Amino acid sequence: MEVFSEKLGVFWDGYLGTLQMSLLAAIGALILGGVVAVLRIAPLPPLRGVGTAYVTIFRNVPLTVVMFFTAFALPLLGSNAGFLKIPGLTSVIKPLGTDLPFFRFATIALTVYTAAFVCEALRSGIGAVPPGQAEAARSLGLTFGQNLRHIVLPQAWKYAVVPLGSVIIAMIKNSALAAAFGVIVTLMGVVDELVSQEYYDALPVFLGVVVGYLTMTIPLGLALDAVERSQKKAVRR
Amino acid sequence: MTTASPAAPQTLIELDGVNKWFGKLHVLRDVNLSVNRGEVVVVIGPSGSGKSTLCRAINRLETIDSGSITFDGQPLPAEGKALARLRSDVGMVFQSFNLFAHKTILDNVTLGPVKVRKETKDAARGHAMELLERVGIADQAGKHPAQLSGGQQQRAAIARALAMRPKAMLFDEPTSALDPEMVGEVLDVMTSLAREGMTMIVVTHEMGFARHAADRVIFMADGQIVEQATPAEFFANPQTERARDFLGKVLTH
Repeated sequence: MEVFSEKLGVFWDGYLGTLQMSLLAAIGALILGGVVAVLRIAPLPPLRGVGTAYVTIFRNVPLTVVMFFTAFALPLLGSNAGFLKIPGLTSVIKPLGTDLPFFRFATIALTVYTAAFVCEALRSGIGAVPPGQAEAARSLGLTFGQNLRHIVLPQAWKYAVVPLGSVIIAMIKNSALAAAFGVIVTLMGVVDELVSQEYYDALPVFLGVVVGYLTMTIPLGLALDAVERSQKKAVRR
Repeated sequence: MTTASPAAPQTLIELDGVNKWFGKLHVLRDVNLSVNRGEVVVVIGPSGSGKSTLCRAINRLETIDSGSITFDGQPLPAEGKALARLRSDVGMVFQSFNLFAHKTILDNVTLGPVKVRKETKDAARGHAMELLERVGIADQAGKHPAQLSGGQQQRAAIARALAMRPKAMLFDEPTSALDPEMVGEVLDVMTSLAREGMTMIVVTHEMGFARHAADRVIFMADGQIVEQATPAEFFANPQTERARDFLGKVLTH
């Protein structure tokens, strides 16, 4: 167990890396997934086609393949995802600004992959809103956009928040895969560094990693339960 | 009845040779109908006769497969902003109220005027309170729809439609989802609207309302307008077997 006293810093850096990647990817996936969801219900068939194609691709291709693509194909296409070196943000989330692009590649892969699931969670929420709500809004003369913004999405959100939470929890766990693509500063990267390279006992290292993931996912799960309870209370009102 | 040309100023709503299919089901068959400004038309008929579809087609909540519908001299726009503008001029009241569940009654009524008509919030609120007063639920303005009775919800829905200052009102079985004791309060509001000269198309099973508030009764069966007459004529002397049969069933008790 001496690994915790000697290498706590490594754990902490890994924890921070996973937290930062998850935060970035969650925000990115919520925005991108929202856009794709709007495309999928848009009145114009070509837009719906784009949305459906997006979901079909990224929901059905393994995350490993998506990460493989961003890690190997993006450099071939001449990109090191430098557009993510957002000034200001790089001083808070340091791995974004490094010359080695793997953190950025993995974050992009995690974002585009998760966005497909965010889209479907949102869409199931939209589907749960009684059709009469949108019909009444249309009959008042609200446009498609106004209808979404004022009537459909505020109600869909309620139905979608719990499935969305599950998507984000899965995403946090999926972020572990980034370690296999050279992103050392994540929780799973800690295993590589301490067990494979410095020959610490695997068991305590894994224990530390597990605790790291659980401190992110369990509070999120509890928060979702609380949201669900408060919604049930609101219904009984 | 006299058939007016679409350009004639007294005609507000005109359906010409309207057909619609749901798959193989021919729900509207060559429907011709012309409604004048200020006229109250009550549409009755057995369920599945196409009366709701007819009502919903007039603000294009249902598309039609052939024929034409004109409103206020303009053919119904297919989509987009022009369609939204048309809908803002046609009030619609639904069987299941369809009040916005996440908004208060007042916000339900002011949403359209503020977002579509670009009225100021204060002006919209003032008008909304007048309308809620008029339908007798001003004291419920701050509540959410689920806290109101069915009759109150439907009156709020009528106020919401009126807030747009529509040129015509469509009622799609407005009392069919109500407990019997609440039907009267909704019909009272509709009757007073009719007296004030609002152009109305009302799909209903309330024969009493048809009798005393309608200018014209339309009897539909199998997607066709089978008969139309003043209520006095229609109820006293229905011309077709189908209408006699229908009236026999609904008026015996």
